[in-house]
Amino acid sequence: MIAAVGLVLGIVAGVLLHPEVPLFLQPYLPIAVVAALDTVFGGLRAVLDGIFDDRVFVVSFLSNAVVAALIVFLGDQLGVGSQLSTGVVVVLGVRIFSNAAAIRRHLLSA
Amino acid sequence: MSTAPPDGAAATPRVRANPWRRLVRAARPRATRAQVLAGLLCAALGFGVVVQVRQTDTAGLEDLRENELVRILDDTTERSDRLGEEVRQLQAARDELTAGSDSAEAAARAARSRADSYGLLAGTLPARGPGITATVTDPAGAVSAAQLLQTVQELRDAGAEALQIGATRVVASTAFLDAAAAADGGVVVDGRLEQPPYVVRAVGDPPTMATALDIPGGVRETLRQLGAQLAVTTSQDVAITALHAVSAPQYARPASPAPEQAPPQ
Repeated sequence: MIAAVGLVLGIVAGVLLHPEVPLFLQPYLPIAVVAALDTVFGGLRAVLDGIFDDRVFVVSFLSNAVVAALIVFLGDQLGVGSQLSTGVVVVLGVRIFSNAAAIRRHLLSA
Repeated sequence: MSTAPPDGAAATPRVRANPWRRLVRAARPRATRAQVLAGLLCAALGFGVVVQVRQTDTAGLEDLRENELVRILDDTTERSDRLGEEVRQLQAARDELTAGSDSAEAAARAARSRADSYGLLAGTLPARGPGITATVTDPAGAVSAAQLLQTVQELRDAGAEALQIGATRVVASTAFLDAAAAADGGVVVDGRLEQPPYVVRAVGDPPTMATALDIPGGVRETLRQLGAQLAVTTSQDVAITALHAVSAPQYARPASPAPEQAPPQ
Protein backbone atom coordinates (compact mmCIF):
# COMPACT_ATOMS: atom_id res chain seq x y z
CA MET A 1 0.00 0.00 0.00
CA ILE A 2 2.72 2.38 1.00
CA ALA A 3 4.56 1.30 -2.15
CA ALA A 4 1.58 2.20 -4.30
CA VAL A 5 1.20 5.51 -2.50
CA GLY A 6 4.90 6.14 -3.03
CA LEU A 7 4.54 5.36 -6.74
CA VAL A 8 1.68 7.82 -7.08
CA LEU A 9 3.56 10.43 -5.06
CA GLY A 10 6.59 10.02 -7.30
CA ILE A 11 4.50 10.39 -10.44
CA VAL A 12 2.78 13.48 -9.04
CA ALA A 13 6.11 14.99 -8.03
CA GLY A 14 7.50 14.34 -11.48
CA VAL A 15 4.45 15.89 -13.13
CA LEU A 16 4.50 18.94 -10.86
CA LEU A 17 8.22 19.58 -10.81
CA HIS A 18 9.01 18.37 -14.34
CA PRO A 19 12.71 18.65 -13.69
CA GLU A 20 15.29 18.85 -16.42
CA VAL A 21 17.34 15.68 -16.70
CA PRO A 22 21.03 16.56 -16.46
CA LEU A 23 22.82 15.98 -19.72
CA PHE A 24 25.20 13.34 -18.37
CA LEU A 25 22.26 11.32 -17.03
CA GLN A 26 20.17 11.44 -20.18
CA PRO A 27 21.44 8.23 -21.81
CA TYR A 28 21.27 6.23 -18.58
CA LEU A 29 17.99 7.24 -17.00
CA PRO A 30 15.77 5.15 -19.30
CA ILE A 31 17.83 2.02 -18.69
CA ALA A 32 17.87 2.65 -14.97
CA VAL A 33 14.11 3.09 -14.99
CA VAL A 34 13.62 -0.20 -16.82
CA ALA A 35 15.94 -1.95 -14.36
CA ALA A 36 14.01 -0.48 -11.42
CA LEU A 37 10.77 -1.62 -13.00
CA ASP A 38 12.19 -5.11 -13.25
CA THR A 39 13.15 -5.00 -9.57
CA VAL A 40 9.67 -3.89 -8.56
CA PHE A 41 8.11 -6.79 -10.44
CA GLY A 42 10.63 -9.11 -8.82
CA GLY A 43 9.70 -7.71 -5.41
CA LEU A 44 6.01 -8.24 -6.10
CA ARG A 45 6.73 -11.80 -7.08
CA ALA A 46 8.75 -12.28 -3.89
CA VAL A 47 5.82 -10.98 -1.84
CA LEU A 48 3.56 -13.57 -3.40
CA ASP A 49 6.20 -16.25 -2.93
CA GLY A 50 6.40 -15.24 0.70
CA ILE A 51 10.12 -14.64 0.47
CA PHE A 52 10.09 -10.86 0.28
CA ASP A 53 13.00 -9.31 2.08
CA ASP A 54 13.25 -5.56 2.32
CA ARG A 55 17.03 -5.57 2.42
CA VAL A 56 17.27 -7.65 -0.70
CA PHE A 57 14.69 -5.48 -2.37
CA VAL A 58 16.48 -2.24 -1.62
CA VAL A 59 19.89 -3.54 -2.56
CA SER A 60 18.70 -5.17 -5.75
CA PHE A 61 16.69 -2.09 -6.72
CA LEU A 62 19.65 0.21 -6.40
CA SER A 63 22.25 -2.19 -7.76
CA ASN A 64 20.14 -3.17 -10.77
CA ALA A 65 19.62 0.45 -11.71
CA VAL A 66 23.26 1.31 -11.21
CA VAL A 67 24.57 -1.74 -13.02
CA ALA A 68 22.25 -1.22 -15.96
CA ALA A 69 23.35 2.41 -16.27
CA LEU A 70 26.97 1.32 -15.86
CA ILE A 71 26.70 -1.20 -18.67
CA VAL A 72 25.30 1.44 -20.99
CA PHE A 73 28.00 3.86 -19.91
CA LEU A 74 30.64 1.26 -20.64
CA GLY A 75 29.06 0.56 -24.00
CA ASP A 76 29.12 4.26 -24.80
CA GLN A 77 32.81 4.38 -23.99
CA LEU A 78 33.45 1.34 -26.18
CA GLY A 79 31.37 2.69 -29.03
CA VAL A 80 28.68 0.03 -28.76
CA GLY A 81 26.37 2.01 -26.50
CA SER A 82 23.20 1.63 -28.53
CA GLN A 83 23.69 -2.11 -29.09
CA LEU A 84 24.51 -2.71 -25.47
CA SER A 85 21.57 -0.71 -24.21
CA THR A 86 19.36 -2.72 -26.56
CA GLY A 87 20.80 -5.90 -25.04
CA VAL A 88 20.20 -4.66 -21.50
CA VAL A 89 16.64 -3.71 -22.33
CA VAL A 90 16.05 -7.14 -23.87
CA VAL A 91 17.40 -8.92 -20.79
CA LEU A 92 15.37 -6.76 -18.42
CA GLY A 93 12.31 -7.19 -20.57
CA VAL A 94 12.64 -10.95 -20.44
CA ARG A 95 12.98 -10.80 -16.66
CA ILE A 96 9.96 -8.53 -16.37
CA PHE A 97 7.96 -10.97 -18.47
CA SER A 98 9.00 -13.99 -16.39
CA ASN A 99 8.24 -12.12 -13.16
CA ALA A 100 4.89 -11.05 -14.50
CA ALA A 101 4.18 -14.63 -15.50
CA ALA A 102 5.01 -15.86 -11.99
CA ILE A 103 2.78 -13.19 -10.45
CA ARG A 104 0.00 -14.16 -12.81
CA ARG A 105 0.34 -17.83 -11.86
CA HIS A 106 0.09 -16.87 -8.23
CA LEU A 107 -2.87 -14.60 -8.54
CA LEU A 108 -4.89 -16.27 -11.25
CA SER A 109 -3.57 -19.83 -10.96
CA ALA A 110 -3.14 -19.81 -14.69
CA MET B 1 -9.72 -21.33 1.99
CA SER B 2 -10.04 -22.86 5.42
CA THR B 3 -6.69 -21.81 6.82
CA ALA B 4 -7.59 -18.27 7.67
CA PRO B 5 -4.56 -16.64 9.20
CA PRO B 6 -4.88 -15.84 12.88
CA ASP B 7 -4.32 -12.39 14.21
CA GLY B 8 -0.72 -11.36 14.07
CA ALA B 9 -0.05 -13.69 11.21
CA ALA B 10 1.31 -10.75 9.24
CA ALA B 11 4.64 -11.33 10.91
CA THR B 12 4.76 -14.87 9.62
CA PRO B 13 4.78 -14.56 5.85
CA ARG B 14 5.60 -18.25 5.38
CA VAL B 15 1.99 -19.19 6.00
CA ARG B 16 0.66 -20.83 2.89
CA ALA B 17 -2.35 -18.64 2.20
CA ASN B 18 -4.45 -17.48 -0.65
CA PRO B 19 -2.11 -15.32 -2.75
CA TRP B 20 -4.69 -12.56 -2.97
CA ARG B 21 -4.94 -12.52 0.78
CA ARG B 22 -1.18 -12.51 0.98
CA LEU B 23 -1.10 -9.57 -1.37
CA VAL B 24 -3.70 -7.74 0.66
CA ARG B 25 -1.79 -8.44 3.83
CA ALA B 26 1.43 -7.20 2.29
CA ALA B 27 -0.35 -4.11 1.06
CA ARG B 28 -1.82 -3.32 4.46
CA PRO B 29 -0.10 -0.12 5.56
CA ARG B 30 2.37 -0.78 8.32
CA ALA B 31 5.20 1.42 9.40
CA THR B 32 7.77 -1.28 8.91
CA ARG B 33 11.12 -0.56 7.41
CA ALA B 34 10.30 -2.74 4.42
CA GLN B 35 7.15 -0.81 3.61
CA VAL B 36 8.80 2.56 3.98
CA LEU B 37 11.77 1.59 1.87
CA ALA B 38 9.60 0.02 -0.78
CA GLY B 39 7.47 3.17 -0.81
CA LEU B 40 10.52 5.37 -1.18
CA LEU B 41 11.95 3.30 -4.00
CA CYS B 42 8.62 3.13 -5.76
CA ALA B 43 8.37 6.91 -5.46
CA ALA B 44 11.81 7.14 -7.03
CA LEU B 45 10.65 4.81 -9.80
CA GLY B 46 7.51 6.79 -10.52
CA PHE B 47 9.48 10.00 -10.52
CA GLY B 48 12.04 8.50 -12.87
CA VAL B 49 9.39 7.17 -15.23
CA VAL B 50 7.59 10.50 -15.47
CA VAL B 51 10.81 12.42 -15.92
CA GLN B 52 11.96 10.05 -18.61
CA VAL B 53 8.63 10.17 -20.41
CA ARG B 54 8.76 13.94 -20.44
CA GLN B 55 12.34 13.83 -21.55
CA THR B 56 11.40 11.53 -24.42
CA ASP B 57 8.56 13.83 -25.39
CA THR B 58 10.92 16.75 -25.69
CA ALA B 59 13.87 14.73 -26.92
CA GLY B 60 15.95 16.35 -29.58
CA LEU B 61 17.42 14.70 -32.61
CA GLU B 62 20.53 13.29 -31.00
CA ASP B 63 18.95 9.90 -30.31
CA LEU B 64 17.92 9.31 -33.91
CA ARG B 65 19.70 7.18 -36.47
CA GLU B 66 21.16 8.47 -39.68
CA ASN B 67 18.40 7.40 -42.05
CA GLU B 68 15.77 8.86 -39.75
CA LEU B 69 17.67 12.12 -39.67
CA VAL B 70 17.85 12.13 -43.46
CA ARG B 71 14.12 11.52 -43.70
CA ILE B 72 13.39 14.29 -41.21
CA LEU B 73 15.68 16.62 -43.11
CA ASP B 74 13.87 15.81 -46.36
CA ASP B 75 10.50 16.40 -44.73
CA THR B 76 11.65 19.65 -43.28
CA THR B 77 13.10 20.87 -46.55
CA GLU B 78 9.94 19.99 -48.42
CA ARG B 79 7.80 21.69 -45.81
CA SER B 80 10.01 24.74 -45.89
CA ASP B 81 9.65 24.89 -49.67
CA ARG B 82 5.90 24.65 -49.35
CA LEU B 83 5.80 27.36 -46.72
CA GLY B 84 8.09 29.57 -48.80
CA GLU B 85 5.72 29.22 -51.72
CA GLU B 86 2.84 30.13 -49.43
CA VAL B 87 4.75 33.16 -48.19
CA ARG B 88 5.29 34.33 -51.76
CA GLN B 89 1.61 33.95 -52.58
CA LEU B 90 0.55 35.79 -49.46
CA GLN B 91 3.01 38.57 -50.11
CA ALA B 92 1.70 38.98 -53.63
CA ALA B 93 -1.85 39.11 -52.30
CA ARG B 94 -0.84 41.63 -49.68
CA ASP B 95 0.90 43.84 -52.25
CA GLU B 96 -2.17 43.69 -54.43
CA LEU B 97 -4.43 44.66 -51.55
CA THR B 98 -2.12 47.46 -50.45
CA ALA B 99 -1.98 48.92 -53.95
CA GLY B 100 -5.76 48.58 -54.24
CA SER B 101 -6.39 50.35 -50.97
CA ASP B 102 -3.93 53.09 -51.98
CA SER B 103 -5.76 53.84 -55.20
CA ALA B 104 -9.10 53.56 -53.42
CA GLU B 105 -7.88 56.04 -50.82
CA ALA B 106 -6.68 58.44 -53.51
CA ALA B 107 -10.05 58.17 -55.20
CA ALA B 108 -11.79 58.82 -51.89
CA ARG B 109 -9.56 61.86 -51.29
CA ALA B 110 -10.34 63.24 -54.73
CA ALA B 111 -14.03 62.60 -54.21
CA ARG B 112 -13.92 64.37 -50.85
CA SER B 113 -12.24 67.45 -52.25
CA ARG B 114 -14.65 67.49 -55.18
CA ALA B 115 -17.56 67.22 -52.74
CA ASP B 116 -16.10 70.13 -50.79
CA SER B 117 -15.87 72.41 -53.80
CA TYR B 118 -19.34 71.37 -54.95
CA GLY B 119 -20.62 72.05 -51.47
CA LEU B 120 -19.20 75.57 -51.60
CA LEU B 121 -20.67 76.13 -55.03
CA ALA B 122 -24.08 74.82 -54.04
CA GLY B 123 -23.98 76.72 -50.77
CA THR B 124 -24.42 73.64 -48.62
CA LEU B 125 -21.11 74.16 -46.80
CA PRO B 126 -20.14 77.17 -44.72
CA ALA B 127 -17.14 79.05 -46.08
CA ARG B 128 -14.57 81.38 -44.68
CA GLY B 129 -11.57 83.15 -46.09
CA PRO B 130 -10.35 86.53 -47.29
CA GLY B 131 -13.02 88.74 -48.72
CA ILE B 132 -15.10 91.86 -48.29
CA THR B 133 -18.14 92.97 -46.41
CA ALA B 134 -20.24 95.49 -48.33
CA THR B 135 -22.91 97.30 -46.39
CA VAL B 136 -25.63 99.10 -48.33
CA THR B 137 -27.49 101.64 -46.28
CA ASP B 138 -30.73 102.71 -47.90
CA PRO B 139 -32.44 105.46 -45.91
CA ALA B 140 -34.79 106.28 -48.80
CA GLY B 141 -35.89 102.70 -49.42
CA ALA B 142 -34.99 103.10 -53.06
CA VAL B 143 -32.74 100.11 -53.50
CA SER B 144 -34.49 97.34 -55.37
CA ALA B 145 -33.76 93.80 -56.39
CA ALA B 146 -32.05 95.02 -59.54
CA GLN B 147 -29.34 96.85 -57.60
CA LEU B 148 -28.70 93.90 -55.33
CA LEU B 149 -28.54 91.58 -58.31
CA GLN B 150 -26.11 93.97 -59.96
CA THR B 151 -23.99 93.96 -56.85
CA VAL B 152 -23.96 90.19 -56.72
CA GLN B 153 -23.08 89.86 -60.38
CA GLU B 154 -20.33 92.41 -60.05
CA LEU B 155 -18.88 90.44 -57.17
CA ARG B 156 -19.17 87.20 -59.10
CA ASP B 157 -17.37 88.75 -62.03
CA ALA B 158 -14.64 89.77 -59.63
CA GLY B 159 -14.18 86.17 -58.56
CA ALA B 160 -16.31 85.85 -55.46
CA GLU B 161 -16.45 82.21 -54.50
CA ALA B 162 -19.08 82.38 -51.78
CA LEU B 163 -21.70 85.03 -51.24
CA GLN B 164 -24.20 85.88 -48.57
CA ILE B 165 -26.76 88.65 -48.35
CA GLY B 166 -28.01 89.22 -44.88
CA ALA B 167 -28.77 85.73 -43.67
CA THR B 168 -29.27 84.21 -47.12
CA ARG B 169 -26.66 82.27 -49.04
CA VAL B 170 -26.43 83.36 -52.65
CA VAL B 171 -26.13 80.48 -55.08
CA ALA B 172 -26.73 79.97 -58.78
CA SER B 173 -30.47 79.63 -58.37
CA THR B 174 -30.92 82.53 -55.97
CA ALA B 175 -33.77 84.80 -57.02
CA PHE B 176 -34.13 88.50 -56.15
CA LEU B 177 -37.58 89.99 -55.87
CA ASP B 178 -38.81 93.41 -54.85
CA ALA B 179 -40.82 93.23 -51.70
CA ALA B 180 -44.04 94.97 -52.59
CA ALA B 181 -45.65 95.00 -49.18
CA ALA B 182 -42.70 96.30 -47.21
CA ALA B 183 -43.03 99.93 -46.29
CA ASP B 184 -39.41 100.91 -45.96
CA GLY B 185 -38.11 98.90 -48.88
CA GLY B 186 -36.66 95.47 -48.75
CA VAL B 187 -35.82 92.71 -51.15
CA VAL B 188 -36.95 89.11 -51.07
CA VAL B 189 -33.89 86.94 -51.59
CA ASP B 190 -34.75 83.31 -52.17
CA GLY B 191 -38.04 83.78 -50.41
CA ARG B 192 -36.56 85.49 -47.39
CA LEU B 193 -37.17 89.21 -46.82
CA GLU B 194 -33.96 91.16 -46.42
CA GLN B 195 -34.23 94.71 -45.24
CA PRO B 196 -31.75 97.55 -45.32
CA PRO B 197 -29.06 97.87 -44.47
CA TYR B 198 -28.11 95.06 -46.76
CA VAL B 199 -24.92 93.38 -45.67
CA VAL B 200 -23.24 91.49 -48.50
CA ARG B 201 -20.39 89.21 -47.55
CA ALA B 202 -18.19 87.74 -50.23
CA VAL B 203 -15.18 85.45 -50.06
CA GLY B 204 -12.71 86.04 -52.83
CA ASP B 205 -9.80 88.29 -53.65
CA PRO B 206 -10.57 91.41 -51.52
CA PRO B 207 -8.89 94.14 -53.66
CA THR B 208 -10.38 92.80 -56.88
CA MET B 209 -13.88 92.71 -55.47
CA ALA B 210 -13.55 96.12 -53.77
CA THR B 211 -12.35 97.61 -57.05
CA ALA B 212 -15.13 95.93 -58.98
CA LEU B 213 -17.73 97.75 -56.91
CA ASP B 214 -16.00 101.10 -57.52
CA ILE B 215 -15.77 101.10 -61.30
CA PRO B 216 -17.33 104.12 -63.03
CA GLY B 217 -20.96 103.53 -63.81
CA GLY B 218 -20.86 100.57 -61.46
CA VAL B 219 -22.60 99.59 -58.30
CA ARG B 220 -21.39 102.43 -56.12
CA GLU B 221 -22.48 105.10 -58.58
CA THR B 222 -25.84 103.51 -59.18
CA LEU B 223 -26.50 103.33 -55.46
CA ARG B 224 -25.39 106.88 -54.90
CA GLN B 225 -27.82 108.07 -57.54
CA LEU B 226 -30.57 106.32 -55.60
CA GLY B 227 -29.50 108.02 -52.40
CA ALA B 228 -28.01 104.88 -50.88
CA GLN B 229 -24.53 104.45 -49.44
CA LEU B 230 -22.11 101.63 -50.00
CA ALA B 231 -19.46 100.92 -47.37
CA VAL B 232 -16.88 98.24 -48.19
CA THR B 233 -14.50 96.74 -45.68
CA THR B 234 -11.93 94.17 -46.69
CA SER B 235 -10.89 91.42 -44.31
CA GLN B 236 -8.68 88.40 -44.31
CA ASP B 237 -11.33 86.38 -42.56
CA VAL B 238 -14.88 86.68 -43.82
CA ALA B 239 -17.22 83.97 -42.62
CA ILE B 240 -20.08 82.82 -44.81
CA THR B 241 -22.29 80.94 -42.41
CA ALA B 242 -25.65 80.91 -44.17
CA LEU B 243 -26.47 77.66 -45.91
CA HIS B 244 -28.58 76.95 -48.93
CA ALA B 245 -31.04 74.11 -48.56
CA VAL B 246 -30.76 71.96 -51.63
CA SER B 247 -33.95 70.31 -52.77
CA ALA B 248 -33.81 67.31 -55.03
CA PRO B 249 -34.48 68.29 -58.62
CA GLN B 250 -37.94 67.32 -59.69
CA TYR B 251 -37.50 67.14 -63.44
CA ALA B 252 -33.84 67.23 -64.27
CA ARG B 253 -31.97 63.94 -64.37
CA PRO B 254 -28.28 63.54 -64.93
CA ALA B 255 -27.65 62.57 -68.53
CA SER B 256 -24.80 60.24 -69.22
CA PRO B 257 -22.23 61.79 -71.56
CA ALA B 258 -22.70 58.99 -74.09
CA PRO B 259 -26.40 58.12 -74.34
CA GLU B 260 -26.93 54.42 -74.69
CA GLN B 261 -30.03 54.69 -76.80
CA ALA B 262 -30.91 57.12 -79.54
CA PRO B 263 -33.55 59.69 -78.64
CA PRO B 264 -36.94 58.75 -79.99
CA GLN B 265 -37.91 60.40 -83.24
